Amino acid sequence: MTKDLQIDAGGRLTHLLTLEGLPSKTILEILDTAESFIAVGEREIKKVPLLRGKTVVNLFFEPSTRTRTTFEIAAKRLSADVINLAVAASSTTKGETLLDTVSNLEAMRTDLFVVRHAESGAAHLIAKHLPPNVHLINAGDGRHAHPTQGLLDVFTIRRHKGAFDKLKVALVGDVLHSRVARSDIQALRTLGVKELRVIAPKTLLPTAVETLGVIPFTDMREGLDDVDVVMMLRIQRERMAGAHLPSEQEYFRVYGLTSDKLESAKPDAIVLHPGPMNRGLEIDSAVADGPRSVILPQVTYGIAVRMAVMAMILGGREELPGRRE
Amino acid sequence: MTRPDVDLDATLGHMAEGLRAFSVHKPVMIGIHTGGVWVAEHLHKLLGIEEPLGSLDISFYRDDFTRVGVNPQVKASNLPVSVDGRHVILVDDVLHTGRTIRAALNEIFDYGRPASVTLAVLIERDGRELPIEAQIVGTKMKLAKKQHVKLFGPGKLSLDILEAGA
Repeated sequence: MTKDLQIDAGGRLTHLLTLEGLPSKTILEILDTAESFIAVGEREIKKVPLLRGKTVVNLFFEPSTRTRTTFEIAAKRLSADVINLAVAASSTTKGETLLDTVSNLEAMRTDLFVVRHAESGAAHLIAKHLPPNVHLINAGDGRHAHPTQGLLDVFTIRRHKGAFDKLKVALVGDVLHSRVARSDIQALRTLGVKELRVIAPKTLLPTAVETLGVIPFTDMREGLDDVDVVMMLRIQRERMAGAHLPSEQEYFRVYGLTSDKLESAKPDAIVLHPGPMNRGLEIDSAVADGPRSVILPQVTYGIAVRMAVMAMILGGREELPGRRE
Repeated sequence: MTRPDVDLDATLGHMAEGLRAFSVHKPVMIGIHTGGVWVAEHLHKLLGIEEPLGSLDISFYRDDFTRVGVNPQVKASNLPVSVDGRHVILVDDVLHTGRTIRAALNEIFDYGRPASVTLAVLIERDGRELPIEAQIVGTKMKLAKKQHVKLFGPGKLSLDILEAGA
């Protein structure tokens, strides 16, 4: 069902809701397209006219500065008009429903919604109610999915490490609550990574995590042994208050990524983090700012990947008579 | 499929002569992906241009994006030298509707403001839809509407005329 909602009858991407079930062909097409957008960001005039006259609404029901900014820059570099709406602070407090908010914006002739919501499934719900010529990109829904983050992570890995089938990858941290982890796991499984591990205390691993096609580790050094890629996840500090974690110091001592623990990985292993980082909690500054960190390149690539997704979703849809050169 | 009777080596030599006569100061040569780059590689060598050859993929500037979408095989444009204030020689294989050249000019101007742009094409055929003409023309062809001329390369170049739908 999910698949039908994302891919139209012609096999084209119409919404991006989740990486679950997205064929590797489509993922690779996005990565290849993103590759060509990298160069646009390096030019004097960082803009191409692809989405001129299109309206993109960043609809954020949950606060996020970074993700919203990268979507905004991506849309602007494609020459779209961008509206940012932080809805938590406006309509829903007046009692308007989610779908009413969207219908109103749709009536203003929005072409693409970029939606973030604290509830899993919010993006699907909206996408189901959109008319065929209005599109949606999920920018994170609850614990469910954050597909563009997953795509930019695999883009980063491919750029720095090459072929996926030779790589051992470890995801470290709050796998249980992380939509990034879910999207990363789905993308890496689809692209056929050689070995995929998750490293976390038992309380932060989903039950039966093996069914996702990953190998669980509770010992950091064992889990990092001989890996090519270390993907750190953000620990939300509010989890500390609950029963999931002992204390910040204790967590850092056991699961914080330090230069010392990174020794277990391959000498040329790279380190990713989706941001924002908690230095001294899940990652040590020496690693975050060190030579193996690709955390800032991830941010740069994220713009190109989001440009690619937007261009693929909005391009090639008008059926007008006329011939191509 | 027919092979037109064109001596491509002689044609390229004739284009190089034409460009030499332009005698602009330190030109920057840019080929349009894919065929234009192949032609430009030959001209660049024949003219002994010192600046490295640039290449342009105009996919992001096409006027039919809303109809055909983005091609994942887009090559990154690569302009190793700033075009600001420079004399640009823009090279393509076939000048047909003129839409590719319109897109290429728009893209070049997003990189800077050249002093001048000279258009050199291997083949000029009929069917212009925009007021764009080439200053340097290798050879002219008159083709039926459904016929297309296609260049094969790189390295040793060859031409074929294809019938649409055939």
